[in-house]
Amino acid sequence: MSKVLVLVEHDNASVKDATLAAVTAASQLGEVTALVAGASCDAAAQAAAQIAGVAKVLKADDAAYANALAENVAPLVAGLMADYDAFVAPATTTGKNIAPRVAALLDVMQVSEILSVEGPKTFTRPIYAGNAIATVESSDAKLVITVRGTAFAKAEATGGSASVEDVTATADSGLSTFVSAEIAKSERPELTSAKIIVSGGRALKDAATFEAIITPLADKLGAGIGASRAAVDAGFVPNDYQVGQTGKIVAPEVYIAVGISGAIQHLAGMKDSKTIIAINKDDDAPIFQVADIGLVGDLFTLVPELTGKL
Amino acid sequence: MKALVCVKRVIDYNVKPRVKADGSGVDLANVKMSMNPFDEIAVEEAIRLKEKGVVTEIVAVSVGPQKAQETLRTALAMGADRAVLVLCEDEVEPLAVAKIIAGLANEEAPGLIITGKQAIDDDSNQVGQMVAALLGRPQGTFANEISVEGDAIVVKREIDGGLQTVRLALPAVVTTDLRLNEPRYASLPNIMKAKSKPLATKAPADYGVDVAPRLKTLKVTEPPVRSAGIKVADVDALVAKLKEMGVA
Ligand SMILES: Cc1cc2nc3c(=O)[nH]c(=O)nc-3n(C[C@H](O)[C@H](O)[C@H](O)COP(=O)(O)OP(=O)(O)OC[C@H]3O[C@@H](n4cnc5c(N)ncnc54)[C@H](O)[C@@H]3O)c2cc1C
Ligand SMILES: Nc1ncnc2c1ncn2[C@@H]1O[C@H](COP(=O)(O)O)[C@@H](O)[C@H]1O
Repeated sequence: MSKVLVLVEHDNASVKDATLAAVTAASQLGEVTALVAGASCDAAAQAAAQIAGVAKVLKADDAAYANALAENVAPLVAGLMADYDAFVAPATTTGKNIAPRVAALLDVMQVSEILSVEGPKTFTRPIYAGNAIATVESSDAKLVITVRGTAFAKAEATGGSASVEDVTATADSGLSTFVSAEIAKSERPELTSAKIIVSGGRALKDAATFEAIITPLADKLGAGIGASRAAVDAGFVPNDYQVGQTGKIVAPEVYIAVGISGAIQHLAGMKDSKTIIAINKDDDAPIFQVADIGLVGDLFTLVPELTGKL
Repeated sequence: MKALVCVKRVIDYNVKPRVKADGSGVDLANVKMSMNPFDEIAVEEAIRLKEKGVVTEIVAVSVGPQKAQETLRTALAMGADRAVLVLCEDEVEPLAVAKIIAGLANEEAPGLIITGKQAIDDDSNQVGQMVAALLGRPQGTFANEISVEGDAIVVKREIDGGLQTVRLALPAVVTTDLRLNEPRYASLPNIMKAKSKPLATKAPADYGVDVAPRLKTLKVTEPPVRSAGIKVADVDALVAKLKEMGVA
């Protein structure tokens, strides 16, 4: 049976949701070992040991791994891979930063953002902003894979009882240092795990208007808030709100697109949502081609009315 | 300091890609091709660093078919000083591209290598990180803002939760995100001038790189299409739908 090493995304205390989908994908390839590389990360390692389907946890606890710098984590993984057949990471910004560096160290061509496991070395993955799905087979001796979170069910976060084993840290590369992070704290559900998302586009005019129109509706629905690239570029909301080909990939139960035209790059990030609702004044906006329910009209009257009636 | 900028010729971002009927790939015949948008941002950033006096020479490189010359000419027209085309008529995978770029970097010894974060055709998001690994140098991926400070570069990165700032020892690799800058258009006089800028042609073998693919594409299919939806007349009808769905 294949042995698979999964990169656990965590904040040293708890495991991030994206890891759970990666575990599901990895389970389809073989026996799962979870790697927790961090600093004072015992709580995260204990949490990883609870994930259903994880057979073993490797804990690399060292100051060098405090901020998941790729220059430090990739050599650790590459070293451990002597004992594994596949390395699997969630396709988050952390996974996308680290996995290709591991792949190059191992001389392996990575398979990015897989949607399904079709065979021991065969996968499907989206190309061209999801306008085509490629089935690819790897000929490399080892596999390096990133997993699209919306394409796999989440493994149960509890129920497992894996052992936790310490692994020796590799030395700090000395190539890079962490300076600071600006992470917005929010009570709102994270975009990639939200059941409902309300997204706003360029039509929202400015940050204050976006807040005044979109936030009350999201509050009423207990929804996460997303945005188009145009809304992010114009400074209505921070960069991590961007949904799309080059932003976050989401697939909530309900996605409400407000004043978003539906460019292919935006659709790439949300067209797997269960129900899509679009509010747009342009009857011909491409967003209506993917929307299950469309409402044509001026968002500045329709959205407040909707919020009021919920 | 020399800057090496990677540019890929890809389908224009405004074109809707069509899957070929035989499932062998995406139809690129008679389709508008352009520079990968993230690479335009990479070229622009190198030019801005040159304008600030940080970068002294900009070398643009593309691995691709003869037609990729056009993409390199665009980079030259924007402000790159010279270009290298590593000729390869077939599609080259990110790992092999990275090996070629690393080989070129060993020759050129740039202080900074700038790539896009992702090519909008293969959507791999790999080459920059792989180049950094192969050279044993640091990587500032998904850059939102950069500043060179002595022998280091400070990179503000776009990450899932917000922004992260890291400090990298030079030489380093940076991959661009959308907010790094807004690329300029090449002016007509600069397009004319670019025609006489040096463009060298090389082969993968010049860098000892085997470009044989590691991934075999078994088939390419259309994604499932969503069935047509409905339009509701007013907010009350939408509220009713939401109630039906148990959302409100
Ligand atoms: C390399 C690259 C990557 C990209 N990645 C992404 C990505 O990840 N995500 C993304 O979203 N985009 C991405 N884009 C950008 C994308 O191409 C579009 O430009 C963008 O999605 C447009 O945003 P928008 O729909 O908000 O704006 P617009 O296209 O300007 O649409 C605004 C819409 O609002 C409607 N409207 C205006 N006023 C009102 C009103 N009063 N009431 C109701 N409706 C109104 C209009 O009818 C229109 O449909 C990318 C582009 C490139 C080149
Ligand atoms: N064939 C190529 N020639 C030059 N640069 C490339 C090529 N392929 C990829 N790149 C660079 O690597 C970046 C990421 O590409 P990818 O890893 O394929 O998503 C692109 O934005 C380019 O800057």
